[in-house]
Amino acid sequence: MDLPLTIKDTQDGLINKKFSAVELVDSYLARITKYNKELNIFLTVTENEAYKKAKEIDKILGYKDTKILSDYPLLGVTVAYKDLFLTKGIRTTAGSNVLKDYIPTYSATVVNKLKKAGAIMLGKVNCDAWAQGSSGENSDFGPTQNPWKKGYVPGGTSSGSAASVAGNLSQIASGTDTGGSIRQPANFCGVVGIKPTYGAVSRYGVVAAVSSFDSIGCLTRTSYDSQAVFDVIKGSDGFDSNVRDFNYLKPKNKLTIGIPKEYFISGLDKEIEKSLQQSVNSLEKMGMKMKEISLKTTKYAVPAYYIINTAEYSSNLGRYDGIRYGESRKEFGQEARRRIILGSYVLSAGYYDAFYLKAQKVRSRIINEFNQAFEEVDVMIAPVSPFLPFKIGEKINDPLKMYLADVFTVAPSMAGIPGLSIPSGFSKSGLPMGFQLMGPRFSEYSLFSLGEMFEKATDYKPNVAKL
Amino acid sequence: MRSLTRDDVLHVAKLAKLDLTNEEVARFQRQLSKIVDYISQLSEIDTSSLEPTSQTTGLENVFRKDEVKPSSYTRNGYFVVNAILDKKS
Repeated sequence: MDLPLTIKDTQDGLINKKFSAVELVDSYLARITKYNKELNIFLTVTENEAYKKAKEIDKILGYKDTKILSDYPLLGVTVAYKDLFLTKGIRTTAGSNVLKDYIPTYSATVVNKLKKAGAIMLGKVNCDAWAQGSSGENSDFGPTQNPWKKGYVPGGTSSGSAASVAGNLSQIASGTDTGGSIRQPANFCGVVGIKPTYGAVSRYGVVAAVSSFDSIGCLTRTSYDSQAVFDVIKGSDGFDSNVRDFNYLKPKNKLTIGIPKEYFISGLDKEIEKSLQQSVNSLEKMGMKMKEISLKTTKYAVPAYYIINTAEYSSNLGRYDGIRYGESRKEFGQEARRRIILGSYVLSAGYYDAFYLKAQKVRSRIINEFNQAFEEVDVMIAPVSPFLPFKIGEKINDPLKMYLADVFTVAPSMAGIPGLSIPSGFSKSGLPMGFQLMGPRFSEYSLFSLGEMFEKATDYKPNVAKL
Repeated sequence: MRSLTRDDVLHVAKLAKLDLTNEEVARFQRQLSKIVDYISQLSEIDTSSLEPTSQTTGLENVFRKDEVKPSSYTRNGYFVVNAILDKKS
């Protein structure tokens, strides 16, 4: 069977009996079996769970009426979980050898919510260990390949998540974004990725990375699907006290879109810049008003981010002592060691004020700048990455160079605002390109709606990498 | 250029309970010096009038309501719980 590309395709097919949920799982598992060895996307395939859920869905389809989709908004949607999401009874590694045999005793809130909404878990997918990196290469289980071009990175840290959607080894995937870990791999793999507002989605049961930044989101093939998943996963669960049921901003049809000039640095790839200009032109044709704005502190976002990042990591990774669960600290890979040491250093006596406290003050300044800018514009458009997907191995030996890959995604993370990564075409070399839309806190629906309008206006067709 | 000494790396590694090989100490000293030099550029910004931000939700002290609820069901003054041993040998 031809695998469906969107959530709607899946559900139409199921309801009109073009295929059953079991057949859907058959096809996805066959595809995973065929391609996973080469792409290294799935770390664990949950065949039994998938069939169990599929049979349950086929049963529901047998007796339920038209209300079925309001009861099960993600009925039959296959999902791959980044291996940072705890799944009860199913190994969860965080991409690290420290947790190579760890079997959680409970599931993350997002996992429970998706399951309840009718989604079918296909398995757990690769990621940079502890969600540290920008390429997927930091996984202790080997790098994931970019489905669009073998030998190239899929981006990170939600590397397997983005690649699974790009190669249609899953309909959707969950991801986490701390400094760009959903937006950048979505961009590198030509899929849609939402990094919600900090505090919009519960982090309960997701391995902690940088607690004051960690946002939980998803990767899909369209903005519409992104919204459909967000609708299910958002909201309080009583287990993450940063989450409240906030009032979201209402989307508008005519928007003023800011173009932050500091995001067009000299290092920006020319093809990406040109593609972005074309997207800006399309948005103008759609009747959007474009306005140049300035976010002066942008250049300091990466250094401030990596201070706070490593500081919070050194604390969060302190719990892995090998006594209660997991392997010993000897199993930490190079990047984790680097960040633990740097984080402990910036927090240590004599350096706390100069680094950590200073970075937190710079964070305030970045937030103020975004707040001011959002008084003038509704949303902003910017590149996601300064460069196209690069070759596996190209940047791995220079950690600083790798950190600079996050230059356009960490500032919005500092401010805790949402970002939607949208594909816009391919480079001459056949690598995906795209842009990000950013909005004020809780403007997710404005971003989804603008994303949808853009896809419609540019006649975007969800597609899959030829494997 | 601000740089890390070998002792800095060893001291912090000890605090973080990481055993490093000699090769790692040398490598981290080199790589982290470069990174520390890079992050030191923050000293260029005047932040004297700013408060630090530790999180962005604006929420403070989130507690659930402290409501008094009856504890487990009791019978004859004992708590009733599920059986853990269900077979007599």
